[in-house]
Amino acid sequence: MTTTPTSTRPAVRRTRGLHASRTRVALLLLVPMLLVLAAVAGYPLLRTIYLSFTDYNILQDPAPKWIGLGNYWFTTPEGVGLGVLQTPEWWQSVWNTVKFTVGSVILETVLGLAFALIINSKIKGRGFLRTAILVPWAIPTVVSAQMWNWMYNDSFGVISQWGQKLGFLHTGESFLSNPDTALAALVAVDVWKTTPFMALLLLAGLQTIPSDMYEAADVDGASPWTQFWRLTLPLLTPALLVALIFRTLDALRVFDMPYIVKGNAPETITMSIYARQQLILNSQFGFGSAISVMIFLIIMVFTAIYVTSLRVKFD
Amino acid sequence: MNSKNPAVRTLTLIVFWLVVLIVLFYVLFPFYWALKTSFTGPAQLSAEALQWFPSNPTWQNFRDVFAGQPFGRNLLNSVVVATGTVLLSLLLSALAAYALGKFRFQGKSVLMYIILAVSVFPQIAVLSGLYTMIKTFSLYNTWGGLILSYMIFTLPFTVWTLTAFVREIPTELEEAAYVDGASPLQTLFQVLLPVMTPALVTTGLLAFINAWNEYLFALTFTSDNTAKTVPVAIGNFSGATIYENPFGQIMAASVIVTIPLIVLVLVFQRNIVSGLTAGAVKG
Repeated sequence: MTTTPTSTRPAVRRTRGLHASRTRVALLLLVPMLLVLAAVAGYPLLRTIYLSFTDYNILQDPAPKWIGLGNYWFTTPEGVGLGVLQTPEWWQSVWNTVKFTVGSVILETVLGLAFALIINSKIKGRGFLRTAILVPWAIPTVVSAQMWNWMYNDSFGVISQWGQKLGFLHTGESFLSNPDTALAALVAVDVWKTTPFMALLLLAGLQTIPSDMYEAADVDGASPWTQFWRLTLPLLTPALLVALIFRTLDALRVFDMPYIVKGNAPETITMSIYARQQLILNSQFGFGSAISVMIFLIIMVFTAIYVTSLRVKFD
Repeated sequence: MNSKNPAVRTLTLIVFWLVVLIVLFYVLFPFYWALKTSFTGPAQLSAEALQWFPSNPTWQNFRDVFAGQPFGRNLLNSVVVATGTVLLSLLLSALAAYALGKFRFQGKSVLMYIILAVSVFPQIAVLSGLYTMIKTFSLYNTWGGLILSYMIFTLPFTVWTLTAFVREIPTELEEAAYVDGASPLQTLFQVLLPVMTPALVTTGLLAFINAWNEYLFALTFTSDNTAKTVPVAIGNFSGATIYENPFGQIMAASVIVTIPLIVLVLVFQRNIVSGLTAGAVKG
């Protein structure tokens, strides 16, 4: 406390001084965290945006050269479109990512809800079940990608074997090698890996519903089916929305699993994989940065919708 | 399941347990298959790839992973990088969470929005900016470069979760310390942190798992085994010849990095569930 109460209204002065010094302390406590965030998020983001307006090839150019919006939209005199938004590969990666996101998020939500309802019911061994469900979640993504890579292997993969026995696949074929089913095969891996996370979030939501509401419903003679639609689902909606949006954002930026399983294959390339391919493998820092900025904008639009529609508030 | 008819009740129960068994199989089978493959020697792999049990279980793959590959070095890199990331994140976020959880000041909600925004940053959006920065500061292919870049996803998460915990600590505790003349830092480290220990363990563990599993930055910011972490190593494991993928070894390496995580998860199961949901639902 720096101020001494000399005024005629000492109490007011004192709280004001207290408030000012508390604010100073708060700022000092925040500075280290803010500096690091600025260094790893703020500055690199601005630099990426800047590079997206330049014709920078990290191997050939000494310094970035400003070319305005050329990386986004540029048509040569011969009529060839070179900008990201004119590139079929970009739109292919967007389309793949959208299909991947819609497929995996819907399946994960339905299955996750089913898992959560099972664990939440009063059965023996539900502790064990909940633990078992955590196993895929705890396995690193890279590891789960390799495990499924092995199970999908065309000659020795157990899933390919089952597919061939059941007649879904020809001999020596796998769900991954077939371009028509490759993306669906990746969705299956993501569903396996992430449904448990979904189930845990929904389980937390289920456990906030007071049990006496179900008792009342029982007394009124409501069937389990009616109870689910009229009671469980409406009360679970907030938790469900949060989980849905988290999963959607994760799926939109997916990189590691599809990259390890299928590399840069056109039928499964996602937005993030395409961006890294241009940035690092082709050293096209300007063009690649423009792709990154597009991905950033897409994610931020989703986040803005999420924050406003759920009316997220902080005090 | 409240039907009066015993036959219907038994039937419902059977169907229910069938569903439970299917779920269990679905969740655990890939892990079992990896475990089984890791104990199948390279010579038997092609013959026994589809059998349910290895006929000659062997440690061969586990020995090969360490003898033929620099996997020990990769493990060391991962341990150092993940631990460093967690310690640094926890320190920075403990300070920040104290300010955000217990102090009132202008612009706090704007700050919370910014932190939330960073936590949904697609890593790819900062990749080129970070890459040039890391090259400039000679952090390429070093532990420090990875630790620094991992802050982008661990820090918003730890700040967010710890702030939620700090808010729930009774204010009387802090006031008492203040009356006794403790400085803010003394209050934080001697009064609040001991109360926060469970939160720190939970948050640190989740941050550790995320850092341990990170792939994109580790792949992009390392060039050889000086700093290459386990996920990168497992991601592009190569065999003695280019014609075969050494799946026995890949599965052995996978099991090695997964077992510690599963043990951690089993031990801290309850904390993890509460930590995940605290971070997520509050978000």
